[in-house]
Amino acid sequence: MFAYILRRIVYVIPIALGVTIIIFGLVHIAPGDPLNAVVPPDAPQETVELLIKAYGFDKPIPVQYGIWLGRAIEGDFGISFATGRPVAEAIASGVVNTLVLAVGAILIGMTLGCLIGALAGYFQGSWIDKLSTGFAIAGVSVPHYWLGLVLVIVFSVEMNVLPAMGMGPGGSREWAWDSEHLRHLVLPVITLSVIPIGIITRSVRATVAEILTMEFVQTLEAKGLRSGRIFLHVVANAAPTVLAVAGLQIGYLLGGSILVETVFSWPGTGFLLNDAIFRRDIPLLQGVILVLAMFFVFMNLVVDILQSIIDPRMSRG
Amino acid sequence: MAMNESPASPSSIDVTQVVAKSRNYWSTVLDRLSRDPVTLAFGAILLLILLSAIFADVLAPADPFKTSMIKRLKPIGTDGFPLGADELGRDMLSRLLYGGRLSLVMGISPVAFALVIGGFLGLVAGFLGGKINMAIMRTIDVFYAFPSVLLAIAISGALGAGIVNAIISLTIVFIPPIARVTESVTTQIRGLDYVEAARASGARSLTIIRAHVLANVAGPVFIYATSLISVSIILASGLSFLGLGTEPPNPEWGLMLNTLRQSIYVSPWVATLPGVLIFITSLSFNMLSDGLRTAMDIKL
Repeated sequence: MFAYILRRIVYVIPIALGVTIIIFGLVHIAPGDPLNAVVPPDAPQETVELLIKAYGFDKPIPVQYGIWLGRAIEGDFGISFATGRPVAEAIASGVVNTLVLAVGAILIGMTLGCLIGALAGYFQGSWIDKLSTGFAIAGVSVPHYWLGLVLVIVFSVEMNVLPAMGMGPGGSREWAWDSEHLRHLVLPVITLSVIPIGIITRSVRATVAEILTMEFVQTLEAKGLRSGRIFLHVVANAAPTVLAVAGLQIGYLLGGSILVETVFSWPGTGFLLNDAIFRRDIPLLQGVILVLAMFFVFMNLVVDILQSIIDPRMSRG
Repeated sequence: MAMNESPASPSSIDVTQVVAKSRNYWSTVLDRLSRDPVTLAFGAILLLILLSAIFADVLAPADPFKTSMIKRLKPIGTDGFPLGADELGRDMLSRLLYGGRLSLVMGISPVAFALVIGGFLGLVAGFLGGKINMAIMRTIDVFYAFPSVLLAIAISGALGAGIVNAIISLTIVFIPPIARVTESVTTQIRGLDYVEAARASGARSLTIIRAHVLANVAGPVFIYATSLISVSIILASGLSFLGLGTEPPNPEWGLMLNTLRQSIYVSPWVATLPGVLIFITSLSFNMLSDGLRTAMDIKL
């Protein structure tokens, strides 16, 4: 198993390097001189020259990539146009705020997805099965940015019971565990959780249904185990798959929350990305995408390793 | 996602038998579809949406670009504005009808382009195997390291706003999944006895691909692609919603959601209409894809 884990870790390195190449390339697919993409338009001449040196724009592209990668590894993503401050600072607070949303959404998604999916898989063809299938398909087909807007209209505009935007009172940008911040969390978290609920329900239902056809379940039945106990066995066998799906969903939610954050003006990474797009702030865009993509790669690795620990059969593939 | 079961290998490679069998297969598929009212219903809805976008200029009661300061943000059901008016006093019904054109083009065309490019890459990788397979599939793995929304926003964000840029970025997003499915199906078919037999009897690679591989790969890959359209519609409108796709004053569902969002306190329900259409379209593609998959007996 350790050999497998080691192999997985080694395998991640070329993927991670490939990701950095794509993100580095973003500067070069941006229209115009790459220099214009990383230097604020109103920068004084000496700053421009300093930046040309710092980014190595006078050197060949592979060397530029090397310089950029070296700085990125040290956590230096350049200077944001918008704020004039280092990109890394903005990202650090943004990531925390996005994590609050993503973790909240995944907790709801896991709880409801497992519950509905397991019941649907166990009682196949029943009304709860049909309802869950319908809900799961609706969950993956709904444009969540629109759903967020509908929730705002219902609960903020019409009923006036929950705040429509922001993370806390007075445009707070620091998460705190008080009732005001929690009230602000409700709508965005519900909006974001719709996707993991749909996907987790689907995969739990499929996994449970598949396990129920296996021979060991019949053996348990033949031994006279009650259905409640059999259910526990099924759950234990379904766990690795569910874990994998849920782990990947956290990564997806971090990246996917941008649209939801835009709807709710939530000051996370999505909001930063939005800012970066609006001001054509390429260093900020690169920094945010790099951090989110690396997190996704890392989650993939963690999920694989956890799976191989829970179920040693996985590591033999 | 990967196919778990390989298709049953035919015991004979008699061409006439294969043809007879395939005609039989399609009539079975049609027969199954005709007994699936849910899929048929969603197919009909989709057809209705497509037709109303195509014939928007005939159906629309008003000019979708004509603004009117006194008619701004009229609610649904106002005289002369059956679905209300937007923040510039333009007729919502007309804009929604016209909006379908851009939203559908931006949602469907990336998957179509990706089907050609990704399908080709997957076919080459799966059929040739070896080092070429390694090179193609490992490159694709790198793109898999991005959540799809993030990749679309990254590329679109760097390229800048615009319909073409949005289509390019979404095409890049959908090439990897299509290539992966094509590769996995092709690899399985390549190992089947009848392909081996064709090779042993001296058929050239291109002939084998055309006569034996393509026909068997096309079905599953096509069905998979139709399920991606559902995601693509949401992402395309999402890009416009962020200001990365269509630019004003063009009507497009995602962009309409974005501009109407500012006025939800004045006219809340009109703002939700474009999203309803995105939802119905995406849902219909999903249901149609599921129904076709069942009818064609394809396991992805």
